[in-house]
Amino acid sequence: MEVFKADVAIVGAGGGGLRAAIAVAESDPKLKIALISKVLPMRSHTVAAEGGAAAVTRPDDSLDHHFNDTVGGGDWLCEQDVVEYFVAHAHEEVVQMEHWGCPWSRTEDGHANVRPFGGMKIERTWFAADKTGFHMLHTLFQTSIKYPSIKRFDEHFCVDLVVEDGRVQGAVVIEIATGAFRLIQAKAVIIATGGAGRVFRENTNGGIVTGDGMALAYRHGVPLRDMEFMQYHPTCMPRTGLLFTEACRGEGGFLINKDGYRYLQDYGLGPAEDKPRNKFMELGPRDRVSQAYWHEQKKGRTIEGPFGSVVHLDMRHLGEAKLRERLPQIYELAEEFMGIDPAHAPIPVLPAVHYTMGGILAYGNTASSLPGLYSVGECSSVGIHGANRLGSNSLTELVVFGKVAGVEAAKYAKSVSITNPGAIEKQAESVQARALGIVNQSGGAERIAVLRTEMAKSMESGCGIYRLATDMQATCDKIGELRQRYKKLKVEDQSKVYNTDWLLAIELGYLLDVAETIVHSALKRKESRGSHQRLDGYEQRDDANFLKHTLAYYNGDSPPRIEYGDVKITKSKPGTRAYGAAGVKADEERKKQGAANG
Amino acid sequence: MADTEKIIEIQVLRYRPEQDKEPVLQSYKVPFTDDMSVLQGLQYIKDYLDETVSFRWSCRMAICGSCGMMIDGKPKLSCKTFLREYYPQGLRVEALAHMPIERDLIVSVEDFVTKLESIKPYIIPKEPRTLEQGEYLQTPQQRDMYEQFSSCINCMLCYAACPQYGLNPKFTGPGVLALLHRYNADSRDGGQAERLGLGYADEGFWGCTAVGYCSEVCPKGVDPANAINQNKMNSAINYFTRFVTPGGADK
Repeated sequence: MEVFKADVAIVGAGGGGLRAAIAVAESDPKLKIALISKVLPMRSHTVAAEGGAAAVTRPDDSLDHHFNDTVGGGDWLCEQDVVEYFVAHAHEEVVQMEHWGCPWSRTEDGHANVRPFGGMKIERTWFAADKTGFHMLHTLFQTSIKYPSIKRFDEHFCVDLVVEDGRVQGAVVIEIATGAFRLIQAKAVIIATGGAGRVFRENTNGGIVTGDGMALAYRHGVPLRDMEFMQYHPTCMPRTGLLFTEACRGEGGFLINKDGYRYLQDYGLGPAEDKPRNKFMELGPRDRVSQAYWHEQKKGRTIEGPFGSVVHLDMRHLGEAKLRERLPQIYELAEEFMGIDPAHAPIPVLPAVHYTMGGILAYGNTASSLPGLYSVGECSSVGIHGANRLGSNSLTELVVFGKVAGVEAAKYAKSVSITNPGAIEKQAESVQARALGIVNQSGGAERIAVLRTEMAKSMESGCGIYRLATDMQATCDKIGELRQRYKKLKVEDQSKVYNTDWLLAIELGYLLDVAETIVHSALKRKESRGSHQRLDGYEQRDDANFLKHTLAYYNGDSPPRIEYGDVKITKSKPGTRAYGAAGVKADEERKKQGAANG
Repeated sequence: MADTEKIIEIQVLRYRPEQDKEPVLQSYKVPFTDDMSVLQGLQYIKDYLDETVSFRWSCRMAICGSCGMMIDGKPKLSCKTFLREYYPQGLRVEALAHMPIERDLIVSVEDFVTKLESIKPYIIPKEPRTLEQGEYLQTPQQRDMYEQFSSCINCMLCYAACPQYGLNPKFTGPGVLALLHRYNADSRDGGQAERLGLGYADEGFWGCTAVGYCSEVCPKGVDPANAINQNKMNSAINYFTRFVTPGGADK
């Protein structure tokens, strides 16, 4: 097997992986970087992020505000020291992106403009029209070309990590074009493979978002943290799940039910006003807005469409000119995919799975419990999203913690050497044999698409916006059954060249492992918090028992072992999570209490 | 919107280098509804009719640039081309023209990526600036000068459309030239002189014969033909000013 000797290997070349690669290159140009991606880097799913990247910018804003919005938005399940670092380094990183050429939208006087976003007290979301992720990704990709020490392995699919002497020492990849295996030897590995939204049926995610890195780390004993927290984005296209950015509401769009009524005012987000007001109504956090849809549907106040019940995203009052300037891609999606002109008709929308809040347990410096292994981005749980991520925090996360991951991995790589190359190569050989085994196994009859569809349907019924123990138990059983059936998978395609059937089979294995952590973590969390809401006697947040991180450990053929970890609280004691007028009141009480205490 | 299911015939140009001497058409009958894209048709084939059909895709929303292919002979993104437009006569999908087919609907992107990497597609600062100094000031009007050209999703439809690239693969081609112009036109950038070196050669801007099909097929309105035109102008001015300016143009 061909061996490439790197100092740092990075699996995934989206926003997080590219930012990490640049950080390694800048911290020491002598370090050899292997940047591995199963697609061309510009295809990575960062490309689809629309709305923006949060960073405290305006004089009336403060780091404390961003901190409080994030920690409260996460229903106090955030690592507060990590959030403090995050908000403090957000601005310099979006400025760095600006210096690298990101086409941020501007104010008339030439400064970067900011827009309102859900759950954010002050406008602080930097944006490049409604293609922010696209522009950040291409800016990072093109900038990365400057650095000769970054050796890209485009369209190379990672099948396993190599762990030797108790630390990670490389990765085994398939060159998709030829089916050839390569060992990427590395002193440190950064996982930046994105989320796992494809375990669900209706989702906003690209086909490549299959939890690869999460599953790889998990199988090597690194826990996946807080996996029960899946974000439903409230405004998605029926059937396909394609995303209509929260910026639609940031710019002033309304959500209305079948009576033309702005129903969010009935769910603790009001009162309704004509102009968007931060943390009110349509600018509430995603979990609450998606939950309100669910209630409206139960009350029979949604609109029946061919692909399920919908509500209307109404932007007619914003006018065509503003929509074309601020939301050009949304305009295009509505026109081309739905035949709707959003300046003249409301867009039918419904919630769909959007973001995996949980992920590979990462400490504040992005390191994991496995020496040499780091993670960044949606695959990672570094601790800033808690039980519900605020829109526009994740793009900023990519650059803030991408840089940290690069710097830390570089430091670590310089402190160690490869100990036993022979043993590493031997491991790689057995990884290769296992991966080939999936194609060559005889007697299998299970179809990839069938298993994938059964998984996604079951996850949707067990781990939806509201959850019941009976449904979750059924999904636990189903995923267990599918993992067994997976062993009898039939891979039709026997080619070496672009064998996507084979890769889909391997991805399905990743998806099933990750799905199992989601549903088991959910079943055991007997409370309601953020995006995890139950209707079976656990409707309230229970800080006494569950102000805890869930940790799911790989357990072979059996379901994951679930343990719990402490939550780091620095300056924000868990309080009432409220929005709209109730939120204002809660803030005042909190202030009064703070004044009384201090 | 959904309606009763109909059946459409999709002919896929297959090429499996290990077994096919040359590409062959294979026909599939796919049930579809009016909301379904050509990509969804192909996914149906892969999931339920023939797992061995290979194609690239990811975002499904015309932003990742993966799923370009020839659809009835025209370069298009399959995710935003709809089956209903080809009913009842059916449609033919093939790998993008002008690029070597690796397998089925997958072409080699090597030439495109190499060209993209070669044009210094990054800011070469006019005036260096520290992070503490904050962002460069750039008015909305200055941003408008390059924004359109920064919207290229690298889907390569314009390469499949460009007759010049078809004849002479050394031609830098529309997408990469638009990107080159994107950086040259950015008020923060001072690298124009370095990059124009490429634009002088026949393989650069002057290779373009102004057919304009590239702009027609661009799914994102980037208008590479316009970028190329502006640069022909710039490089001509640059060429002539070198004789009248002491010390030459730009340096």
